[in-house]
Amino acid sequence: MSFPWANEYKPSNAFTRYLDERLPLPRFVYNAVGAGYPVPRNLNYFWNFGVLAGVALMVQIVTGIVLAMHYAAEGTIAFASVEHIMRDVNAGWFIRYAHANGASMFFIVVYTHIFRGLFYGSYKPPREMVWHLGLVIFLLMMATAFMGYVLPWGQMSFWGAKVITGLFGAIPLVGEPIQTWLLGGFAPDNAALNRFFSLHYLLPFVILGVIILHIWALHIPGSSNPTGVEVKSEQDTVPFHPYYTAKDGVGVAAFFLLFASLVFFAPNMLGHPDNYIPANPMSTPAHIVPEWYFWPFYAILRAFTVDFFFIPAKLLGVLAMFASILLLFFLPWLDTSAVRSGHYRPLFRKFFWFGLVPCVIILAWCGGAPAEEPYVIISQIASAYYFAHFLIILPIIARVETPKPLPNSITEAVLANHAGTKLQPAE
Amino acid sequence: MDRKAGWAKVESGIMESMASLTEDSATAGGDQGGVRRRDFINVAAASFAGVGAVSVALPLINQMNPSADVLAEASTEVDVSAIAPGQAIKTIFRKQPLFVRHLTPAEIAAAEKVPTSELRDPQSLEDRTKAGHKQWLVTMGVCTHLGCVPLGAAAGEVKGEFGGYFCPCHGSHYDTAGRIRKGPAPTNLMVPEYAFTSPTVIKVG
Repeated sequence: MSFPWANEYKPSNAFTRYLDERLPLPRFVYNAVGAGYPVPRNLNYFWNFGVLAGVALMVQIVTGIVLAMHYAAEGTIAFASVEHIMRDVNAGWFIRYAHANGASMFFIVVYTHIFRGLFYGSYKPPREMVWHLGLVIFLLMMATAFMGYVLPWGQMSFWGAKVITGLFGAIPLVGEPIQTWLLGGFAPDNAALNRFFSLHYLLPFVILGVIILHIWALHIPGSSNPTGVEVKSEQDTVPFHPYYTAKDGVGVAAFFLLFASLVFFAPNMLGHPDNYIPANPMSTPAHIVPEWYFWPFYAILRAFTVDFFFIPAKLLGVLAMFASILLLFFLPWLDTSAVRSGHYRPLFRKFFWFGLVPCVIILAWCGGAPAEEPYVIISQIASAYYFAHFLIILPIIARVETPKPLPNSITEAVLANHAGTKLQPAE
Repeated sequence: MDRKAGWAKVESGIMESMASLTEDSATAGGDQGGVRRRDFINVAAASFAGVGAVSVALPLINQMNPSADVLAEASTEVDVSAIAPGQAIKTIFRKQPLFVRHLTPAEIAAAEKVPTSELRDPQSLEDRTKAGHKQWLVTMGVCTHLGCVPLGAAAGEVKGEFGGYFCPCHGSHYDTAGRIRKGPAPTNLMVPEYAFTSPTVIKVG
């Protein structure tokens, strides 16, 4: 599971020796995120974001459990109970704003984490399973975030629930029974609100379980690194603790700085004002939008405006939206280049920075805009590029590109960056 | 390849020892085609547990379907006597808006003038109303695109380019028969199941 030179756990006193023979939990932690886990010595700050995602999940679980102590999942009082949290509960406003903005922080961190993986080829063998489990976590996060947004039972909550469950209604034949089954009624109501609350409480713990699998799968080959060259000797690694616990600590501080500035100075910046209007099934908001982290997918959903081969446009949009994520599961076999890191792939790097990244930003911008021109045509072009990037461009690049020469080892790459440094073992 | 051969060896070894173990029972139970009594017990036990798991899963899945109190509201009676020609009312059916519209002769003529072949979802006004009650257009007030509530039922609301309903979310225009004429919606406004229980009362659902 680890490199042969990994530090061995040595219980330091009578109690830890006693514990180590009966329940070696300290040994497990030591080997997972302590001095017993050797990590490439050249990780940059993009390798912080896994730890940050874990921190964000913990913030969500703690604030969420506290909110559940004051919230009532019942159609007639859900909205009022959220206002009760905001106005009457001691520090309730702080906990709710932390939870709402914590979701945004979680997605900022996870999107960075995903794009780190996309640039540095973290999805390539032998880490495909790490990538797949990560995508499962991402899908679970999306479901959790969506159901959480429904709970305040404002106008966006209600109409968001209606539009998203309506997506299942687009499936031929079984669509409508599935939609009714999901909602427990013919439109979002008490039954839907209650089950969304139940699942919103459950899923974070499922995410926690999959994160354990994600880290387990990661620790078998060990962490990747910015060169994409595998670890070859002890010189290439440093122990996770204290080196990366300290470095991650800097990242965690920066994370909480940004988080606190949102919570204390712009708590509603990323939300939608219509969600402070109680849910009303008889009146639709003029412009239904999901939370910002769903905008790229919402743009793909709405990009399909004409029927194609008897498939209705609405169903096409739904299929494309799900396909845009499921596609990523096939990425290890679409990008067949043996070189992992984008640093050594001149062509790949150009398409990444000038193709994929702007494409997703444009999709996000269109997804938050009203469904009218020019946004429709722009999101159609951007959606087409998104699929072409993964299905056509990446496989072709992998065949035609001449990668730059790779360093012989991580240590060599590090020393080349700091000419004049002498080679010496990590301490 | 090596590994496979190794496994085959292990497997045949197990089978051999099994055969010697079950020799006594084989003579008692009959040993046709290598099927042993133990195999039957394994299959029977697994099937029994499987049937048990499925029979418990069914109520767990079914509890998600609409409950009795939700279904109890599944039909609604509407008195249409007070709706004058050209007017419409917005009421609730299954927690969703329902439009009941009293068409004027001009609106009926406008709906009938359009050849159905030109429509995205070809239906005539006759298809969408009850025989003898052509002036009563009963539809769900739910846009077939993404489920918004179209405008045009209440007085003073925009009725769209075809004089019926207009969905403000993504700009779907419906005509005086509630048929989609322009915009992203794929089908006509849904006509729920309903019947006239008297000349002025309809029962929806």
